[in-house]
Amino acid sequence: MLFISPWILGFLVFTLWPILYSGYLSLTDYDVLSDPNYIGLENYRELAEDPRVVLSLRNTLFYTALSVPLHVGISLMLAMLLMRAQRATGFFRTAFYLPNMTPPVAVGILLLLLFNGHDGLVNAVLGIFGIPGPDWTTDSTWIKPGLVLMSLWTLGGSTIILLAALNNVPRDLYDAALVDGAGAWRRFITVTVPMISGTLFFLVIVNTIAALQSFTEAYTAYFGAGNGTYSNDAALFYVIYLFRQAFEFLNMGFASAMAWLLFGIIMVITAVQYVVGRKLVFYEGEDGG
Amino acid sequence: MASIPTLKQVPDAPVAPVPSGTPPQAVRGRRRLRARILLLTTMVAATAVFVYPLIWLVSASFKPQSEVFDNRLIPRSPTLQNYVEIWNAAPLALWMGNTVLVTVLAAVAVTLSSSMVAWGFAYYRFRGRNALFFLVLATMMLPGAVTLIPTFLIWNALGQVGTLTPLWAGNLFGSAFYIFLLRQFFLGLPRQIFEAARTDGANDWQLFRHFALPLCKPALIVTLLFEAQAAWTDLMRPLIYLRDSDTFTVPRGLKAMVDQFGFAGNWHWELIVTASVITTLPMIVLFFVGQRHFIEGVATTGVKG
Repeated sequence: MLFISPWILGFLVFTLWPILYSGYLSLTDYDVLSDPNYIGLENYRELAEDPRVVLSLRNTLFYTALSVPLHVGISLMLAMLLMRAQRATGFFRTAFYLPNMTPPVAVGILLLLLFNGHDGLVNAVLGIFGIPGPDWTTDSTWIKPGLVLMSLWTLGGSTIILLAALNNVPRDLYDAALVDGAGAWRRFITVTVPMISGTLFFLVIVNTIAALQSFTEAYTAYFGAGNGTYSNDAALFYVIYLFRQAFEFLNMGFASAMAWLLFGIIMVITAVQYVVGRKLVFYEGEDGG
Repeated sequence: MASIPTLKQVPDAPVAPVPSGTPPQAVRGRRRLRARILLLTTMVAATAVFVYPLIWLVSASFKPQSEVFDNRLIPRSPTLQNYVEIWNAAPLALWMGNTVLVTVLAAVAVTLSSSMVAWGFAYYRFRGRNALFFLVLATMMLPGAVTLIPTFLIWNALGQVGTLTPLWAGNLFGSAFYIFLLRQFFLGLPRQIFEAARTDGANDWQLFRHFALPLCKPALIVTLLFEAQAAWTDLMRPLIYLRDSDTFTVPRGLKAMVDQFGFAGNWHWELIVTASVITTLPMIVLFFVGQRHFIEGVATTGVKG
């Protein structure tokens, strides 16, 4: 078909071939300058032995496990509040979404400034409540929590998606629950959550995949260009390490193996979420809920 | 795939139902007022959390170096010095030009190609269509890291590394997410229109160009805006493909400034802040121009297909 030919061409050149070639590269030693040198599964063995692969993986999983539930949970709370804001909904919705327009590089810079331990805005605000804030950007225990908090700044997109889902919940279900004498919490659990569970599930999966691949904010804030003189292991995310291996140290084979490991991890986590989700998600037209 | 994205304004919520065990009128009124005040206070506080950092950033860009970190909103001695200095320190106009070029080409390319492909999948029935479309969706799952290196090698072999081409030319082949979005929209159009046009002698291309495209304008605008934002804010690909400062995009230049004024030890936060404002401002303008389309587009994203 003529109309879909651009995609077919693009798929062959920019997806299928790269997948195959990346698979091949992961079995080689390749520095771009000389030809790839086949070394079998050596790269994969090195992956397991490279402490920084393990470290970056741990960092990434920690960040994902912390940021995704907070992201979806707070988005849901804000969306529920937005539902009640009546005529002001449009205004607040706009305000909540605005940070999503900020380029991730600028978000990384804002992180360094706002969470600065000595005179950053966040600690200044905490100070008002008498809480001494930590050195978010230099203390290695607080760097990841800082990144998580900063990432929550851009949850407006999820809030808008949830707001749309909440608006699709039929009102008469609430009325029926009300007649049955269900309180606010009970209505939330028995009506709201099941009716929007499909959207919640979608957001959890999409945000998990995105969090596992996060790069720009942490790279901007904690990694200098080129020679790798400045780096912070606490912020070393998996994709950052992969990027450095490929384009700073020119270990293309090793980086390809890392990419395949990431692919595997994403597949496994998504599959688990999918299996769990199938049990929890309520689809209209099915029995029960 | 029954649901059709409506791209209509998300309607404002109706008033929340009154809890049961209804108290007398006056008490209920007072209680409702109190709930309303509490709600609005919370919302205003949340708004402050979301918007204040941006205001703070703009304010800091007008502060001299010594004041950047004091958290007052109005600079004590406001100055344009940072803007002058950044203008002299970096080829900003050149970076802006590069970014505008990449952004426009990327957005137009992806919109044209994705709408063509989406139309192909929506209107025509051919063998293997469903399998191919499933493949389109499957590519959305693939982490970018897997194709990153071979794609770089392709552009390298074509001698395009160091130029702006790799930042947008891939978009000529369509992008799975937009193909999905636009296809849903095309599927929602009544088929009779096209049958009628065809009877009147319109060929395949005319059908697409004069009937399908104009009818799906809202979805095309969403695609243009989303991709413009993605292209403008991208950092990773400019990091990989651009070598000389003269070819930098604005985010890439901003990162270079962080390295130069931050990591190199001569802390000039006032310049980094100013450059951040310059990088962010065009996106804020774009948002206010296309606000309705952004919000509707995002709301549609979560609609399951």
